Order: sequence, then structure tokens, then C-alpha cells
Amino acid sequence: MLGTGILKGMVETAKNFAGSYTDPANRLTTVEYPEQRIASKENARQFPFLVHDTEDPMKGLRCVACQICEKECPPQCIYIVKSKDKRADYKGQMQFYPATFDIDLSVCMSCQICVEVCPFESIKMDTEFELSNTDRFGGLLVNKHQLAKSNDHYRKIHPTEAGVSDAALAVEVAKAQAKAKADVEAKAKAAAEAKAKAEAAAAAGTAPAPAVPAGPKPSSPAASPAAAPAA
Amino acid sequence: MTFHDLAYDAGKTDFHRKAQSVGQGREGELLEVAMGPQHPSTHGVFRMDVVLDGETVVKLKPVFGYLHRNHEKIAENTSYLGSMPYTDRLDYFCSLTNNWAYALSVEKLAGLQVPERAEYIRLITAELTRVLNHTCLAGFLLQDMGALGTPLMYAFREREKILDLIESLTGARMMCNYMRFGGCRCDLPAGWLDAAKKLVAEYPRFLDEFDRLLSGNEILMARTQGVGKLSAELAINAGITGPMLRASGVDYDLRKVDNYGIYSRYPFRVPLGDHGDVYDRYMIRMLEMRESLKILEPALKDIPEGPVVDPKAKLRGFRPKPGEAYGRIETPKGELGFYLISDGSPNPYRYRVRPPSLINLTILEDMCLGQTIADAVITLGSVDIVLGEVDR
Repeated sequence: MLGTGILKGMVETAKNFAGSYTDPANRLTTVEYPEQRIASKENARQFPFLVHDTEDPMKGLRCVACQICEKECPPQCIYIVKSKDKRADYKGQMQFYPATFDIDLSVCMSCQICVEVCPFESIKMDTEFELSNTDRFGGLLVNKHQLAKSNDHYRKIHPTEAGVSDAALAVEVAKAQAKAKADVEAKAKAAAEAKAKAEAAAAAGTAPAPAVPAGPKPSSPAASPAAAPAA
Repeated sequence: MTFHDLAYDAGKTDFHRKAQSVGQGREGELLEVAMGPQHPSTHGVFRMDVVLDGETVVKLKPVFGYLHRNHEKIAENTSYLGSMPYTDRLDYFCSLTNNWAYALSVEKLAGLQVPERAEYIRLITAELTRVLNHTCLAGFLLQDMGALGTPLMYAFREREKILDLIESLTGARMMCNYMRFGGCRCDLPAGWLDAAKKLVAEYPRFLDEFDRLLSGNEILMARTQGVGKLSAELAINAGITGPMLRASGVDYDLRKVDNYGIYSRYPFRVPLGDHGDVYDRYMIRMLEMRESLKILEPALKDIPEGPVVDPKAKLRGFRPKPGEAYGRIETPKGELGFYLISDGSPNPYRYRVRPPSLINLTILEDMCLGQTIADAVITLGSVDIVLGEVDR
């Protein structure tokens, strides 16, 4: 009969209308935004931030200004100036740090490629999405002071990812410590050997042999197998 | 006079001449209308220059390029990885299938293997994308027909549920940037498979609802049957692919023809149309969604554990050997292909996209001639274009 299809459709709309009161979880997917908010997903990504480990954000930045993210960024929105001096990083190695680190918010497309290519776990994605600004020139160029956020913040927004990242860093630190320890031991051993040789030479009454250099350079091959099991 | 003025003038005079020859001896009776680029029914910045005799279309010239972003040249000046987020922006409804097509052609070029789990994830996300795209298209098409609001709202409600899944997996709702050469960027988060299974189990409920709401509706049938007909012969000659081709009755689906990914493991049917009109194109999409759910259901159960990316693949310093490759997949809109030539440098020497939307759009005039202007609008709606992909 003509009109049956239309009537069927009307029944469907009526059902949906009633359903929006009786079954809002399935029928209504939106919320009243500024008052109500949907919790952001764990994988969500909006804009990068720089991770720091210490109280003073500028001293504890993990970034070593290697400029890989600057090169790999598809829309080229990162600008880095490397520092002239070096400072100790989280594992005690002397590293450069970014004198300037700017990201142009108006150009960034939130693709996360900077995060993927960073070998130092130092740039991560934030979930903050209310990034509007009244100053369209200075306000959209985000500098390193605004970008720096603590590792605790990272743990809070991406718990699973931060766990993996922390574990990777802990391995790095353990490796560095084991290497330092092995270096110290190797140094002591080399010094002891040189001393024993000199004593032997003195006992034999011959001319003293040229001193064995006790620097870390010749001792490091001997130290690396010792460091490997520790890591 | 600049080059652009000349080109515009040349186009205009040609257009005028043709329009005049159509209406020989009836000067003043024909009306030229520029529909777009701000016309809401044109799905973006697309213009149709139509010549009307009363309400009948006697000439139609599609004009595109307003959204040209230089995608191919940008890709030739950035690394292989750097183009991946740009492919999201081609067909912004189906970024996951765009990613897959690009990843597939780079994998062909570099000879990378995709682990089993990644193949499953790709299949699942691609089919979810197909469901998402067809759901939206059905809503938009009805919107074009004048069913303002209701069908589109219902469609977007369901789309929201799929977008939630995609967001929890990839971190973004539309610009996913998820596939990588030799696999996927990250593994599925905890609980994702259960959520996807739940969605797939509940989705037929919505499809039934949508069918009851629309598919048997007399007004919809009167409005769409016999409108915008496309013969199988013309469709093949024009290089049309995807649901549009299948609505004309040609059995050609790359998932069956090319057997890329792991599609050969799951039986599914390819729905075909009889008449090639707007109604067939609408119904093909409704049926394809059900077939996609049939693929999704077992795939979500079978997905194995394992790595999601080829260990040989590397993100930085990726330089494929000199050579060329063409990778193509069946996206919701048709055959999307990427043709790449490598000269051994970190950037592709040539990067060419074969966009299904653009090529499906070229046939628009043949489908619209002799019909009313309101029919031209729904014929365009049934082609399923996204201007991000047409203009690139």
C-alpha cells in the first residue's frame, strides 16, 4: 500500500524520540561541552610538550637539542637553537641543551612524528585541546618555557606509554652507571697492573718499562663485556 | 593580461559558445548558473557551471581546484614518512584507508613484510572506515534530497561510536596517521577488541533502523529511481571504480581482484546494482556495510598476538632502492592508488595519487544531462566525493 514505507519511517523517528528519554546512553552521544566534559582518551594527542625531570623545568629538560624532530617535522613547525655550553643530563653525561625551542602552534598538525623520532624520550604529546589565544603572532609561537611539563604530568595523561618510557630510561641509566663503575674498576686494575710491573722491573734490576697509560681509552674494550651483563 | 586571466577567458568563451550552440535560436531562454563553490549541496568547495533550460540541465561543467594544496609536490620534497600525515587529509573521512594505500605502495617499493597482527589491524580498521564512510554518505545523500536533519543526525550518532574506537586506537578522530611502512604505529590498547566486538554486534540494529526509516520510503524511491543513470559500458570507459561502478552492475572489487592484505581469508559478497541510478548507489552502500560487518566479526576473533611492525622497517633515514611501485586498495570511494618512483634518496622522486573521487566525478555531466537541477544535486551526492581528495 502506498505510504506504508513513510509510516514505518515515522514510527522509527517516534521510537528515537522516545528513546532519547528512556535510553540516553545509546541515543545521545553528545554532551553540553563547557559544563560537561568527556574524559580524553589515553592515546589522544593534541600538541607536543617537552618533558623535564627536576623541580626547575629549564634545568631538567631531557631535550639535548639534537634537532632530529626539527628535520623530520612534516610541516616544519619546530625551531631549535643549540646551546653553546654543555650540562650534565639525567645519566650524568655532558650534553647540549636547547637555547631556543619554539613550536608554531598555528602550523603544527598534531601528527606525533616528532615523538616517534625522538631518541631521548624528551618530546611527548599533550592532551590539552583548549589552545586558543588572543594574540595571533606571539601567542601562537610556543616557547620552551611554555612547552616544559613534568614527567609526572606525562605519567598522568598517558600512564601506559609513560611506563614504557620510564623503563627505557631506567635501562639507560643502569647502563651508564654500570659503565661508569666498570670504568672505575678497569682504571684501578690498570693502575695496579702498572704498579706490579714497575715493582717487578725494579726487583729484576732492569730499567723501568714505559708506564702503561691508565686512561679510559685502552681499558674500555675490557670494560664493555663487564658492562653488558649488568645492563 | 596574466596567464590566469587568459585561461579564464578561454574557458569562458568556450563555455559560452557551447551553451549557445545547445540553445540555437533560443537566445535568452537559457540560464547560466554557477552552483558553488559555496553551495551547501556540493559537499565542499566545488562548483558546477550549469546551463539550464527552465529547470532542465542542458550543460554541466564541473570546476574544481579550490582546495588544491599541492599534496604531490609537497610529498616529493619531504621524507617518505613525512607524507603519511598528509595522506590523512586526502579523503578526510577515511584516513585509515588512505594510510594503508600509501603504506602498501611504499612496502612494495622497499620490499617490507607486514606482520600477521598488523595485517589484521589494517583489515579491521579499513572495514570500520568503510562502515563509517557509507553511514555518513547515506546521511548526506538524504540531506541533499531535502530530508533535513533526521537521517544525517542518526548517521552521525553511529559515526560517533566508530570515531570513539578510532580515537582510542590512533589518538585522533579523523587525522589518524596510524599506519607505518611494514606495519602499524602502535598496538591495540587494552579493551579495544572487546569494544570493537560490541560495536560490530550492535551495528546491524542501526542498519535495520535506517532501512526501516528510509529504504522502503516511497518518497525516497520516487525521488531516486531512474535518476542519474550510468550505464555499465560508460562507467568502465570512464574508469569509474568503487560502489559507483558496482551500482552499474560491474563486478569489480579490488578486495577480490587484487587480494591485498588478508581479504582472501574471509568470504564476503560484492553487492551489485541493476540500473546504475541514485537508488542503486544508495542501496549498494547499505548492503556493503552489512558485508563489512561480516568480515569484521570473524576478523576480530581471529586476530593473533605478535608484533605490529616489521623489525626491518625504520622510521628515520628510510631510503628505498631506486625503482617504482604502484600500490592500490579498495577504499570506500573506489580505487585509491599511489604511484611512487624512488631514486634512492630519502624523498620520492615522483609521487602520484590516483584519487577515486576525482575520476568518479568526471562522469557527472553524462549523468545529469536532461534532468532537473534538483536531480543534479542528488546525483552529485550519490557520487560520494570528498574535495580534499578531488583537489589534493
